[in-house]
Amino acid sequence: MNLEYTPEEEAFREEVRTFLKEKLPARLSSKVREGKHLTKADMEEWHAILNEKGWLAPHWPEKYGGTDWSVMQKFIFETETAMAHAPRIVPFGLSMLAPVLIKYGTEEQCRHYLPRILDGTDWWCQGYSEPGAGSDLASLKTSAVREGDHYIVNGQKTWTTLGQHADWIFCLVRTDSSGKKQEGISFLLIDMKSPGIEVRPIKLLDGDAEVNEVFFTDVKVPVENLVGEENKGWTYAKYLLTYERTNIAGIGASMAALEQLKHVARTTKKNGTLLIDDPLFAQRLARLEIDLENMKTTNLRVLDAAGKGGAPVAESSMLKIRGTEIRQEIGALMRRAAGRYAQPFVAESLEEGYNGTPIGPEWTGPVSSQYFNNRKLSIFGGSNEVQREIITKAILEL
Amino acid sequence: MDFAIGEDRQMLADTMSRFLAKNFDWEKRLKVIETEHGFDRAMWSELAELGVLGALFSEDVGGFGGSAFDIGVVFAEVGRAIATGPFLETLMAGHLLAAAGESEVLESVIGGERIVTLAHAPAHDAESGEDRDVTASGSGDDWTLDGAKGVVGYLGAADLIVVTSGDKAFLVEAGGTGVSVSDYRMVDGGSGGELHLSGASAKLLSGVDAGTIAAAEAAGVVALSWEGVAVMDQLRDQTLEYMRTRKQFGVPIGKFQALQHRMATLALEIEQARSSSINAAAFFDKPERDRFVAAAKYTLGKVGNLAAEEAIQIHGGIGMTWELPLSHYAKRMVILGHLLGDEDEHLSRYIELLRAA
Ligand SMILES: Cc1cc2nc3c(=O)[nH]c(=O)nc-3n(C[C@H](O)[C@H](O)[C@H](O)COP(=O)(O)OP(=O)(O)OC[C@H]3O[C@@H](n4cnc5c(N)ncnc54)[C@H](O)[C@@H]3O)c2cc1C
Repeated sequence: MNLEYTPEEEAFREEVRTFLKEKLPARLSSKVREGKHLTKADMEEWHAILNEKGWLAPHWPEKYGGTDWSVMQKFIFETETAMAHAPRIVPFGLSMLAPVLIKYGTEEQCRHYLPRILDGTDWWCQGYSEPGAGSDLASLKTSAVREGDHYIVNGQKTWTTLGQHADWIFCLVRTDSSGKKQEGISFLLIDMKSPGIEVRPIKLLDGDAEVNEVFFTDVKVPVENLVGEENKGWTYAKYLLTYERTNIAGIGASMAALEQLKHVARTTKKNGTLLIDDPLFAQRLARLEIDLENMKTTNLRVLDAAGKGGAPVAESSMLKIRGTEIRQEIGALMRRAAGRYAQPFVAESLEEGYNGTPIGPEWTGPVSSQYFNNRKLSIFGGSNEVQREIITKAILEL
Repeated sequence: MDFAIGEDRQMLADTMSRFLAKNFDWEKRLKVIETEHGFDRAMWSELAELGVLGALFSEDVGGFGGSAFDIGVVFAEVGRAIATGPFLETLMAGHLLAAAGESEVLESVIGGERIVTLAHAPAHDAESGEDRDVTASGSGDDWTLDGAKGVVGYLGAADLIVVTSGDKAFLVEAGGTGVSVSDYRMVDGGSGGELHLSGASAKLLSGVDAGTIAAAEAAGVVALSWEGVAVMDQLRDQTLEYMRTRKQFGVPIGKFQALQHRMATLALEIEQARSSSINAAAFFDKPERDRFVAAAKYTLGKVGNLAAEEAIQIHGGIGMTWELPLSHYAKRMVILGHLLGDEDEHLSRYIELLRAA
């Protein structure tokens, strides 16, 4: 066993670092570092830079524009980009829909949609959850009824992240209600510009509007927008979720956030003492770092096994649970570190170009809203309770 | 032993509860927290008329209560409604005004005519990266203050500011020369501000010393712990209600044992927190005060975080929405943990007292 980078991996890391130094716009990395809100244009800008380099879709097969990176290379790329404060890549098209199309779609669908994901023509969003179907996703009701060469879609999706920017939505729809609920679900691609679609924002507790409700009234969808077979959508949906979960685990994001937290602990005084010298805070910090170091290796072990043909279905649940717990705890410690300055909240200060006087240490500006916003990590992508159910059944066989 | 709250206090609680239910319902709160100072000035006067502020002070300084349990009862109602307004500031600043025999000023505060706040914690100074506090110079009736204070509750709305400097406290008129205020909203509703003083003239609150300031802080913690337990009760009840109605997999989510046990743990922890708040009030006038106050604030931070996080988690996505009162209770809960020193700070204090004992 050996956890050190090989000379090739070391060289690859240098290559990634050089690329980031040259191509990652300082404007974007400082926005990310300062916890400012990214606009659609910001996200598109970084997307395009990676695409130009050919590094946008490392997990795709080469013939569609992927790289043939090893598990370790992907890990290096993820952590280096996160540590450089690159924006997170919007995952809906690249990391959710694309793997499904590649595995279950037709060659024609791949040739049509994948390049449009890469070049940014289509912004995708995820239409899984409904008001009545969250954890029990298979009970979803949005219906698609076949009429000639179209489906007619009626119903409602909710919690649709960044749906306000989206050109397309991939939806789970009910095409059969006669048998088991999992067996009547289909996977449908819907143009957001279709007549009959209405998007309404949902304001979250931190004041942000990143999620939406999407309503469908007699929306006509061509049958060729069906992915795979009718009524087999549940299989595809679950396959997608394993990608989503590993993505949410966010090891790279945690590493970057922990660096910032450690910097704060070394430079911030509470009642005259640096936080790092406060035994109680130091304990919290040390526990967190230990957990993250352990997690890095757990993550690599799981990905390594997957690379050799093991399916990471249940293991991705482990990564999702602990990965999100770590991310949430880092946010919680940032909030604690802010002390009394966790309370002021100047919403405008999270936008680019704000030049009001910062309240308290500058890093404290976004910490509370981020802490509250991060509660979502243990809820979406299948709640952490649901992940524990999966582990109980699939790994522990209880 | 007697755990009954007492008839008079119960009446006050009922009056306040009815008043807030009628005048500070959910729609109202959502509107109020978007206003400049984050609270309703007119409602503040009405609360004063009801005697809510008088209950925080003893008869000899113009109130009609002032015991730790009187304070607790008022703040429990503040918590139940997550009412915004300078309740804590009035209590703590008022305590210092009372100690200094400033009965005329205190009367106008208790009557709701004037708003007072307490500027106690230092401000963060952007240039040095360190805390910057207020220094006082002068003698007799002639004092000037220089420096800054940070995160002063409802500063922008205050007519009067009680400013601490070391073991002294001063009264400063808002809007006077050398007094500048930058104010902002708070993440949990309400408002606050940074106070900058340069050569501001101030009146010494004679009679105030380190002990008085410590007592005002202790009273503040008693208040927060009672407020906090009321917020926890709300978080628990709203979550239980949701667990009984929200169905997934064909059953109410309250039927899932994984969630049941977590709510059982939370319910137990909240009872522990309630006991800590009762302890803090019961020992407020006793030599053990500081130990029980530290214990209460530690417990409030620890259980409060658990309550806020569990309540949101068990609600799922809906628990993260602005429209649902629950998310605002959760925000208030977490921020209560930050006020007057957090969980770790009070645990450290407790350890010090333990060592010294
Ligand atoms: C910010 C945010 C962004 C999101 N983005 C998207 C998106 O882009 N697209 C999309 O389709 N969805 C999205 N979601 C939806 C998300 O996937 C759901 O919120 C999630 O699946 C949980 O469903 P729910 O909110 O209905 O909670 P519920 O399913 O009602 O769950 C409520 C509680 O019950 C628990 N529970 C449920 N079943 C069990 C069980 N069997 N055992 C034990 N506990 C259980 C849950 O864990 C949770 O704590 C997003 C959610 C959020 C908060």
